[in-house]
Amino acid sequence: MKNVKIFLVFVFAAITLASNAQNNAGLKLPAGFKATLFADTIGSARHIAITPNGVLFAKLMYPNKAGKSIIRLEDKNKDGVADNITGWGKYGGTGIFVKGKSLYATSDNDIYLYQLNEKDEVIDTAKPKTIVKGLLAKNQHASKSITLDGQGNIYVNIGAYSNACQEKDRMPGSKGMMPCPILDSAGGIWKFDGIKENQVYGDGKRYATGLRNVVGLDWNKQTNSLFVMQHGRDQLNSFYPTLYTDAQNAELPAETMYELHEGDNAGWPYVYFDPYQKKKMLSPEYGGDGKKEGGENAINPTVFFPAHMAPNALLFYTGNQFPEKYKNGAFIAFHGSWNRAPLPQEGYFVAFVPFKDGKPNGEWEIFANGFSGLTGDEKVKNPRNAKARPCGLAQGPDGSLYVSDDNKGSIFKISYSK
Amino acid sequence: MNYIKILIGSFLILGFAVNVTAQDLAKGKKIYETRCLVCHQADGGGVPNMNAPLDGSSNVVGNDLARLVRIIKGGYSEKIALDGMYYSNAMTANPDFKDADIANVLSYIRTSWSNKATVVTEAQVIAAKNKK
Repeated sequence: MKNVKIFLVFVFAAITLASNAQNNAGLKLPAGFKATLFADTIGSARHIAITPNGVLFAKLMYPNKAGKSIIRLEDKNKDGVADNITGWGKYGGTGIFVKGKSLYATSDNDIYLYQLNEKDEVIDTAKPKTIVKGLLAKNQHASKSITLDGQGNIYVNIGAYSNACQEKDRMPGSKGMMPCPILDSAGGIWKFDGIKENQVYGDGKRYATGLRNVVGLDWNKQTNSLFVMQHGRDQLNSFYPTLYTDAQNAELPAETMYELHEGDNAGWPYVYFDPYQKKKMLSPEYGGDGKKEGGENAINPTVFFPAHMAPNALLFYTGNQFPEKYKNGAFIAFHGSWNRAPLPQEGYFVAFVPFKDGKPNGEWEIFANGFSGLTGDEKVKNPRNAKARPCGLAQGPDGSLYVSDDNKGSIFKISYSK
Repeated sequence: MNYIKILIGSFLILGFAVNVTAQDLAKGKKIYETRCLVCHQADGGGVPNMNAPLDGSSNVVGNDLARLVRIIKGGYSEKIALDGMYYSNAMTANPDFKDADIANVLSYIRTSWSNKATVVTEAQVIAAKNKK
């Protein structure tokens, strides 16, 4: 009898495992793609990075229950599930980046550099080099995302500590400051040397400005230029109910992708991008009314998406595993909206935009959905009910795509086979 | 003991019947939906890491009325630690709210979702404002 019971337990476990593999860790994917739950409950996993040997590092927004804030994950038996998970670090943050044997990680103020050994283990977890220190972090949009170009320069977003640069932030009727003083030290991308230690603001350069908050960014090796995803402004209807309805606010402004070159200005806080008129509109804090255009000197977005979906990661796919249409295209992890309320929320998925010769080549589409855990076509009504929220992206050496979630701390591995 | 229970019972009934009517709660709900819901959400659950939840919040159901009144009226711009989590978004001020509006919306949020705290009267809001 006991043996039968044990046998049944085994059968049940086997069925559960098999169904986990079959249901793609709960994700909805295009035909031919499969997903596994690479890791679960590791903590608030923001951005992720992978070494050429396939070792994955995740940066946590807060130290996890074990008190660690950078997690190292390795899949030694190659079954699509991490089996060797360790961690260190006491500081929360978002940014992480691997270049050769250099591992960069950020807190909200600083950028650190750890050295890896031949097994991609950190040689000294207690003593990273401080590459940049003292970056501005004032609660709102404080997280620092990073990427490197091919020349050893590091690019970091410094988010604006404001919604629309009002004299009093998020205060109805408070005017926009002219010029916006926040732009001197935030609301843009700064460029620093990737190796020099203890750099401060004065050592860096404001590479691009007029970006309210960037979380997802990537260096495009084909165009040899920086691409970023901006989080558009909130609350047009709350502050200007006579100009914008709830329904209009749910669709305004667009979430935007920009290709940046040195000196570019994307227009925040003076303008926002309207996805219907396909124009830069003057912000109401600066005299706009939903019809007046602005931002003559500001660049236009490369691609735009529905409002408030919170693009938290951008990755240009350079692998060979996925079908041809994905080559050099952009994957974007949308963390999911809150400011569309009272209308249903959007996002909580990974989107894809095809690119050809460094330019978008077709409409964007949803690539991976189902992170929220809701069934069918049910939309997230309240953000806290979403099971997982996509936040980071990384490409494995075999061309698989990894997606991190900062809610439950899951890492999904998405692969393709014919 | 029974006497005390009856006394508290009558007090609660009187409290509802005399000072906070169903109409006041309905007004509070209306204010919540037009001014608060966009950030704190329909379920009062807020937005993880950004906008603090009201449902189940120890601050909202707590006894520091003066602080609640101050935050509703003047907004809040610091990172707030609440029940083991942090919330980073600045809260919009509501300088146009009258004392009765604050009482009504507080009564609504303190008795909605899983919250089962006491309702708040306009007189209590005025008293809380005067308390330093």
